[in-house]
Amino acid sequence: MAAKSVAVVDYGMGNIDSVCRAIRECRHVPVVTNRPEDFRAAAAIILPGVGAFGDGMANLRRNALDQSLTEEVAAGCPTLGICLGMQLLADVGTENGETPGLGWIPGRVARLRPIEAGERIPHVGWNEVLQQGDCPLYAGIPSGKDFYFVHSYHFVVENPKHAVGATPYCGGFVSVVQRDNVFGAQFHPEKSQEAGMRFLANFLDL
Amino acid sequence: MLKLRMIPTLLYRDYGLVKGVAFDSWRHVGSLIQAVRVYNLRDVDELIFLDIAATREGHGPDFMLVDDFADDCRMPLTVGGGVRTAADVARLLAVGADKVAVNTAAVETEGLIGDIARRFGSQCVVVSIDFRLHDGGRREVFTCSGTRSTGIDPVHLARRAEELGAGEILLTSIDRDGTMEGYDIEAIRQVSDAVSIPVIASGGAGAYKHMLAAVTEGGASAVAAASIFHFTEQTPVEAKRYIGAHGVPVRL
Repeated sequence: MAAKSVAVVDYGMGNIDSVCRAIRECRHVPVVTNRPEDFRAAAAIILPGVGAFGDGMANLRRNALDQSLTEEVAAGCPTLGICLGMQLLADVGTENGETPGLGWIPGRVARLRPIEAGERIPHVGWNEVLQQGDCPLYAGIPSGKDFYFVHSYHFVVENPKHAVGATPYCGGFVSVVQRDNVFGAQFHPEKSQEAGMRFLANFLDL
Repeated sequence: MLKLRMIPTLLYRDYGLVKGVAFDSWRHVGSLIQAVRVYNLRDVDELIFLDIAATREGHGPDFMLVDDFADDCRMPLTVGGGVRTAADVARLLAVGADKVAVNTAAVETEGLIGDIARRFGSQCVVVSIDFRLHDGGRREVFTCSGTRSTGIDPVHLARRAEELGAGEILLTSIDRDGTMEGYDIEAIRQVSDAVSIPVIASGGAGAYKHMLAAVTEGGASAVAAASIFHFTEQTPVEAKRYIGAHGVPVRL
């Protein structure tokens, strides 16, 4: 398969290097960018991100990045949000007060609340992703495989059909979302070794 | 189920991997990059990298070096040593660190932990607490690679760090470090009871049963170790098999 140009959205939120390394390992070409013409030219878009919801959205609104991304998503470009990037797909975030999100997948982002004894926040480490529905990003990955998480907030979907993966912590939270060509993973595929690389490769092969 | 994390700690100065006893008697134990490659092949859960000379020698993190080894890491990594400002954190994250460990500056720089947590999120702030056990049972935090006494109780510092927004505590017993005689379980228990963020046990692991005790008796969410992996035939995966056989969820 020919190498694809993959836009990695550069909006000042964290670890872009490891996402790019993972894309190169999948034999595609990462383009770290905040320019609308690059989004248009890309075969896929990845919205990475580490940090706070409010800062993330403020950075996306600067130079109207949110608008140009929304146009590409509406045009059908496969798009994957990772960690904070997944949370930004929601309608609203609740970290340090309410902030409107990108609104591509209906829902809100809320803080994890421990349910069982011994559950600590942030949720840090390797935990299972139980697959729901038939999301194409799971090809070749068994349900229940461990992925690496590090987060304190989670995506609460409005429409259960958009929840395609769940993880057993704090009573269970949605760890993978999908609506048409828009995908989100709460875990870090780029840090989840073999299963993570397969997940990412599946996305890039769409 | 969230799995116990088994975390090899890589201490370094310049490009060399080092290990000491009680934060002293450092000896060279190999090449840093080589170690990263080996741990990559072994799919370890996470790695901690600490530059032991940065603060003591008055320089900040070596960003180019971190960039070099982070490129090789297919697992999450925490980087520490010489972190003094939020700008240091921004650069470390940019070159590939997932989390940043702050030790001396967490005590000495008012407001730093809160500032990092607000800007980059709590999940990337690991407050590293090194302590010594005094005669009579009192424990005291030491900074600057264990050379500077602070008069602060580790439990107090851990609580304060959590309030300010730390996402994890890396708790290291200086007295146990490098001895392979076992973790300071009592200290781990006290700190993990005092905070609701994850605690990483560090300092003293010499056998798999020490790691198991840090979890079952100490309440640690993760165990860090160096000497046991450098100087013995014991491995992270065998450690996890042992711990898993005793009912603690692990990733194999």
